[in-house]
Amino acid sequence: MNDVHDQATRGRPSTDSGAPEALAKTGAARPYVGRSLHRREDEALLTGAGRYADDLPVPPGTLVAYVLRSPHPHALIRSIDSAAALDLPGVSAVITGQDIAKLSDPFLVAVKEPIPQWSLAVERVRYVGEPVAVIVASDRYVAEDAAELVEIDYEPLPVVIDPLAAVGPDAVLVHEAVGTNELSRRDFVYGDPDAAFASADRIVRLDVEFPRHSYTPMECFVVVAEYRRAEKSYDVLANFQGPFSAHPVMARALRIPGSKLRLRTPPDSGGSFGVKLSVFPFIVLMGLAARIVGRPVKWVEDRLEHLLAASTGPNRFTKVEAAVKADGEITGLRLDQLEDYGAFLRAPMPGPLYRMHGALTGAYSIRNLAVANRIVLTNKAPAALNRGFGGPQIYLALERIVQRIGVELGMDPLDVMRRNLIPAGSFPYRTAAGALYDSGDYPRALEIATGEGRLEDLRRRRDEARAQGRLYGIGYAAVVEPGMSNMGYLSTLLPLAARERSGPKNGAVSMATVNIDPLGAVSVTADTPAQGQGHITVLSQIVADQLGLTPDEITVNLEIDTQKDQWSIASGNYSCRFSPGTAVAAHLAAQKIRDKLARIGAKQLNVLPEDVELSGGKVRSRSNPDNALAFGRVAGTAHWSPIMLPEDVEPGLRETAVWSPPELEPPTSGDGINTSLTYGFVFDMCGIEVDPVTFQVRIDRYVSMHDAGALLNPMIAEGQIHGAFVQGVATALYEEFLYDEGGGFQTGTFADYVIPTVCEVPKLEIIHMESPSPFTPLGAKGLGEGNCMSVPVCVANAIADALGVTDVRLPVTPRRIHEMLMGAEPEVGAGDAS
Amino acid sequence: MIEQKPKQRVTLTLNGRKVTGDAEPRLLLTDFIRHTLGATGTHVGCEHGVCGCCTVLIDGVASRSCLAFAVQMDGATIETVESLADDEGRMNALQEAFRRHHALQCGFCTAGILMSFTDFLRRKPDPTREEVVDILGGHLCRCTGYTNIVDAVMDVVEGHAPQRDIGAA
Amino acid sequence: MKPRSFDYHRPKTIAEAVEALAQHGDDARILAGGQSLIPMLNFRLLEPVALIDIRHVPELDHIRLDGDMLEVGAAVTQNRLLAWPDLARHVPLLAVAMPWVGHFQTRNRGTVCGSIAHADPSSEIPLSLAMLEGEVVLQSPRGRRVLKASEFQTGMLSTARDSDEMIVAARFPTTFTGKAAFREVARRHGDYAIVAVGALRLPGGEALVGIGGASDRPVVRRFRLDGGDLGAELDALAWELETYEDLHASPRMRRDLVRRLAPTVISELRS
Repeated sequence: MNDVHDQATRGRPSTDSGAPEALAKTGAARPYVGRSLHRREDEALLTGAGRYADDLPVPPGTLVAYVLRSPHPHALIRSIDSAAALDLPGVSAVITGQDIAKLSDPFLVAVKEPIPQWSLAVERVRYVGEPVAVIVASDRYVAEDAAELVEIDYEPLPVVIDPLAAVGPDAVLVHEAVGTNELSRRDFVYGDPDAAFASADRIVRLDVEFPRHSYTPMECFVVVAEYRRAEKSYDVLANFQGPFSAHPVMARALRIPGSKLRLRTPPDSGGSFGVKLSVFPFIVLMGLAARIVGRPVKWVEDRLEHLLAASTGPNRFTKVEAAVKADGEITGLRLDQLEDYGAFLRAPMPGPLYRMHGALTGAYSIRNLAVANRIVLTNKAPAALNRGFGGPQIYLALERIVQRIGVELGMDPLDVMRRNLIPAGSFPYRTAAGALYDSGDYPRALEIATGEGRLEDLRRRRDEARAQGRLYGIGYAAVVEPGMSNMGYLSTLLPLAARERSGPKNGAVSMATVNIDPLGAVSVTADTPAQGQGHITVLSQIVADQLGLTPDEITVNLEIDTQKDQWSIASGNYSCRFSPGTAVAAHLAAQKIRDKLARIGAKQLNVLPEDVELSGGKVRSRSNPDNALAFGRVAGTAHWSPIMLPEDVEPGLRETAVWSPPELEPPTSGDGINTSLTYGFVFDMCGIEVDPVTFQVRIDRYVSMHDAGALLNPMIAEGQIHGAFVQGVATALYEEFLYDEGGGFQTGTFADYVIPTVCEVPKLEIIHMESPSPFTPLGAKGLGEGNCMSVPVCVANAIADALGVTDVRLPVTPRRIHEMLMGAEPEVGAGDAS
Repeated sequence: MIEQKPKQRVTLTLNGRKVTGDAEPRLLLTDFIRHTLGATGTHVGCEHGVCGCCTVLIDGVASRSCLAFAVQMDGATIETVESLADDEGRMNALQEAFRRHHALQCGFCTAGILMSFTDFLRRKPDPTREEVVDILGGHLCRCTGYTNIVDAVMDVVEGHAPQRDIGAA
Repeated sequence: MKPRSFDYHRPKTIAEAVEALAQHGDDARILAGGQSLIPMLNFRLLEPVALIDIRHVPELDHIRLDGDMLEVGAAVTQNRLLAWPDLARHVPLLAVAMPWVGHFQTRNRGTVCGSIAHADPSSEIPLSLAMLEGEVVLQSPRGRRVLKASEFQTGMLSTARDSDEMIVAARFPTTFTGKAAFREVARRHGDYAIVAVGALRLPGGEALVGIGGASDRPVVRRFRLDGGDLGAELDALAWELETYEDLHASPRMRRDLVRRLAPTVISELRS
């Protein structure tokens, strides 16, 4: 039942005609990859048969945990009195930081500074929502009752919330032992920016501020932990998403080798968007809780906890300066990036500050670049992964300055973009900061997107609206979207000498395994715990193509068990690594097993292995297609009759492929770094209107142009784009985590943290072009994050155009529009002067 | 003074079957459906009535099950996502349309959305696109960007979906 | 996010409900639709000893015309009233205001009287009741009393209801049959309004205008539809309002919304 989605795939061959089975029999090289197959995940999810973490059975005797959190942004914990809570029937334990500190070590961090963080606060709290105690009880209701009985004596301390104040003089220190809140500063210079600025016709400057926000999945964190005393090991089920570089961090905290931390992930996950990395401190916490109470412990995070302190993208303050020529050429760029990670630097932070490092100049051929990367700590919840991961932050600075260059030079910002785009034909292209852009044709993408009357239509809408006195603006954004991160990028944080001491880091190991059982049934496992992206469907397409089977015949299991499955440091479901990474590993594993079957089949068909092909469920001779054997029959040989195998063929049919592309090199001595393997391209343009009555922004028309290389499943690709687009709109206009000056958290419910509904979502027009990546066998690039990077700044540019303003603070809420639009309030009785 | 209250016997009809369970007065209907009755297709997203993940039909009417107590349901009829496919497990027209239109990704919010439209389309089989958007406005979805969900419902409304009814009451 | 313990009562008659309430007084809460109450219970913001569930009291489940009044019982859900076929004819203001109340899914369970009891300053139903000078019918062991809307809602989330009283019905006058208009500004569809404006055409070229969300309770004024200086009068009203600050709006923004949104709503009455 591999029916074809024919909506999202205009004009793609092989999607709108011909049964897949028929295609498979034709022996086309890729009958399934590239087609909009409907998802194999869907039937279970649509019928209520999904298996999310909180749906799975737990061992008998499992207790329930509740995490008691700090109401203070900064305070000393003088004492914790649990007596009344422990007297409550059903309460097994109240676990505090003192208990945790005895059994575990602080989490490893990327900088060598004294900022120890355990899974519970020890002696001091540093943000509202910081876990202070765990109550273990018979059920959640009782645990929450008990939490109200725990008496904690806090001594409140002064707080620092504003990142600029935090690096100013006399700032309150979040960690006194560090002596400063500016935890790290690195300055990078590429080319000769001083010369570029000295010879510029004009210098254009702008300060931008990217907000704190999170793409809060609908499912919160879930952990079920057991401690196996005899083996001194922890067995934990959690809806963790990776990166699995967090696994050694957890194991070190638990003082055990990694093999003693068995981490398993459930079959289904209710979304993640980066957020479910941050379940990792709770994996450690619940493991310790289970060890202390001697029973399995389950914890289901609730929405209040989640909004308060689960995870957030970092807020960033950027000072950007561009050296420009009179014709709009950008000859130099200076960035001063101050990123606010909250109260602790949790692994793998400061990823967002470095993940885009090679691509800091975006889609432009800017050769002279100076960057200051600064990490600041404040009394806010720790920042972590969030879809876009550094991209939205850098492009807000980069694409806003391009718009400002247009305004200051009296040019259309689109012409400034065209003037500076990396020219066609220059790929692979090495950027100033060391990224190796794999493929693309940016000028052509712009021409396609603005063509067919689309740009004229936007301009006509703006002209007509302005003629009527309405507030209408057009925005553009060009974004280079990285896929599959280089494990070495974070070491750019360290100076060369320190990097050499700690040993080279690079690459991005991806792994997948294809297994064929004695009757020829195929199963696949891989190093990506899926979070709703349809990876099962895509992997079945890839493997089916190699084995000449249909996707329905491929069983894919993406539950991960770290004690039994293939995984490596880069494993996980993040930073667009599926299409350039895991998908390739599965492709290579299927190729290996295909080659093995061809050799086995060749002997049985009496032909050379090169003459064997797998198609239509058969292993057959290419030159004499009637000479064929059933797939299962040939596969069975490897199990049933090892003696019949060719001499150089091992018995059994299980192949694991490891993919780590050579382009992902460590940082150079000059701090050049190819931060990712693939680089897609996104060009967005939109028209927006500001309503002077309601102070709301309406997106009138939005066009998004994508080049993500070869598309593995266009329907799923467009689903990713739609989802990222709405999240981008959310960042542009709706969502922000807000703290008051005293550190109090103000957006703790879904009534205050405003996620757009369908009613707030405009129509999106998607256009594709495909410049396959030469660096991966499938030619596919990541595409799940691009619109999270492009939409916020595209909308901001349009608002700047509509209102003629320079500073556009995201999200552009009615309150902020009101502030921008209204001057001093008229006196009583003067009427509405505007 | 914290004191647990005695459990009360609750008997209701869940997806056509009479079922019984015991519940403290404060037990939320979500927890009762999922953990006492074992119907885990209904999900919990916010427990304050905003996200819509937990939407079920109570006496035929789409409601947030996090904003109701199990004890209130004694004698009630509850329908959840598990009721939508037929006895052989074949999905109904709405479910099929969701699949065809890629109207779900992680699927966590989907059960609630299906139940809202099960109620709404029984009352109004021929809504406009604007009305469908208005009903979907009572749900949060983080993955899909919503458009494909509206398309899927409109596909059923416009009769393009294979005609199996969506479970008339 | 689980509530504290409470006792659960499910009365079958008003008398039983009032008796249960008398037993517990301030420590009890009436549970009707629960769409505002249960979130507060889940947040543990309230600590009722008992909940009295009035959904199963047949006497409270009525929509009926009574003289110049439309009486809506305390168990009637918002969607039931919205679907009542004669609503637009008898109380046109409610017909245009109620689609702004929450969402389809919350209106399915949320009650008309529950919204009045909750007394949120930006809620549409209390605003409509205030504009129409409707009534709230309260019952206690001491008997029944009827309060005007303006007497009932005394401030932000506070009312003149005594602790042993329950709302049994709300009464909306059916004498305001002129054209009605309603609009609000909220962050999202279905959210509590930052500012809500209702307008109703009165005989004699006047407009009745109600403002929600701009101060601690609904504010109602009459304006001349033609002739007078509407802008100046609305500006004067804006300055009179004791507007408040929250996450979504400053006092100044609320005043400006009154100045700008009200004319657009009033202008709908002219068409």
